Amino acid sequence: MIEPDDGLEGRLLLEAIYQRYGYDFRAYSEASMLRRLEQIRLRSGDASLSLLQHRLLHQPDFFQEILPEFTITTSEMFRDPVFFAQLRERVCPLLQTYPTLNIWHAGCSSGEEAYSLAILLLEQGLLERTQIYATDINRQALKTAREGIYPLKAVQEFTVNYHKSGGRQVFSDYYHAAYDAARMARQLQNHIFFQEHNLVSDGVFCEMHLVLCRNVLIYFQRPLQNRVLQLLSDSLCRGGFLCLGTKETLDMASVRDQFEKIDPPTRIYRKSVRQSLG
Amino acid sequence: MADPAEKALAIGASAGGITAVQRLLPSLQGARLTAIIVVLHLHRHNPVPLTKVFCGGGQLPLREAEEKCILRAGVVYFAPANYHLLVERDRTFSLNADAPVQWARPSIDVLFQSLARAYRHSATALLLTGANRDGAEGCHSLCRAGATVVVQDPEEAEVDSMPRAALSRCGPLAQVLSLSQMSSWLSQQVEEGHL
Repeated sequence: MIEPDDGLEGRLLLEAIYQRYGYDFRAYSEASMLRRLEQIRLRSGDASLSLLQHRLLHQPDFFQEILPEFTITTSEMFRDPVFFAQLRERVCPLLQTYPTLNIWHAGCSSGEEAYSLAILLLEQGLLERTQIYATDINRQALKTAREGIYPLKAVQEFTVNYHKSGGRQVFSDYYHAAYDAARMARQLQNHIFFQEHNLVSDGVFCEMHLVLCRNVLIYFQRPLQNRVLQLLSDSLCRGGFLCLGTKETLDMASVRDQFEKIDPPTRIYRKSVRQSLG
Repeated sequence: MADPAEKALAIGASAGGITAVQRLLPSLQGARLTAIIVVLHLHRHNPVPLTKVFCGGGQLPLREAEEKCILRAGVVYFAPANYHLLVERDRTFSLNADAPVQWARPSIDVLFQSLARAYRHSATALLLTGANRDGAEGCHSLCRAGATVVVQDPEEAEVDSMPRAALSRCGPLAQVLSLSQMSSWLSQQVEEGHL
């Protein structure tokens, strides 16, 4: 018999995880989350999501083992080169006016974009005065990010992106290659603080001049998107910049009136300088 | 605001797909029940949006699918480059940046499998020419959900591996048609008010 798969078992499983372990994936976009659950189930060999749920509830170690699978995303350096070109040309000149800079990269995954940002700031003479807070919910991705070691093959693609974004330096100056891996330069790492932060449950931790949150909101349902955007907005100083992914917009967001569009195609926004009346 | 589309018709294609899709879209002129969703494998830095590639091909409005937008009947949506496209149960689009599936992002499997859950028997899928096996799992999920799955005849497909993979996965649950048969079948479906 063919069972109706309406996602019920998936929703129950997410509820169980929330109640037992406190990780709240219930407001994530369902289609993507169900796909991940299905992949986890296939790997675990359980016949149904209900059986997988049983195992997750009774084997905390197993839950910790698969937890990273819920939030793993892929990233690359200088993804969307046009965005980085705009960041270089339109945002960096305005950042020059601050004596010190705080930047939050929310949802940094395995760190590729945080390093891209550090490279860009270094070239603009801004890195020395900058602290980048790169956060993610995924501990396994953060470990990779802290190590800053990427396959050399991937780095070749990053190099192409880098030059497309208007980078003029020799990209290999930013890493040390050994065997088939590349380790990002210490000089970059020294300015990036990778730490765990859950956008669903954690709050503001510092006042920022620039916030990057790219390809994170697409994983959330609308109410959670709005909540997270409010959090990002609250953490920005007036006149601070917010950068979203190229398929994410503030058009339908509750915070849209708090921002002006700097470069609509690349989704660079600036928090309004005028005092909000609300 | 109008309700979401009652039905969804998804087209998946890879190598040789642009020409094939161009041949089919005119047959969907006048579709009043179904949203049309196209996933084509393209280079991720493809500079020309598909809405531009296909413009001038007919009267159906062409749009890039945007996350959280409601599927509308009579509109052709294209999956944006470098993201997976999915359909939610509330009949809105989702995007994600998960790893490529079968080296593809957007992946046909990802769209089709989400469609199986969101639209079940109200979904139709057309799988066309292509050089890998993306779409086979998705077609299978759709068949199981009671959807109509039509695969391009491998004998005439510009590249036959994708249709062949889907047929071997679905067996007799999928129909096999040539492009011109598919085209007349679609016109007929539209005419009879099924799409």
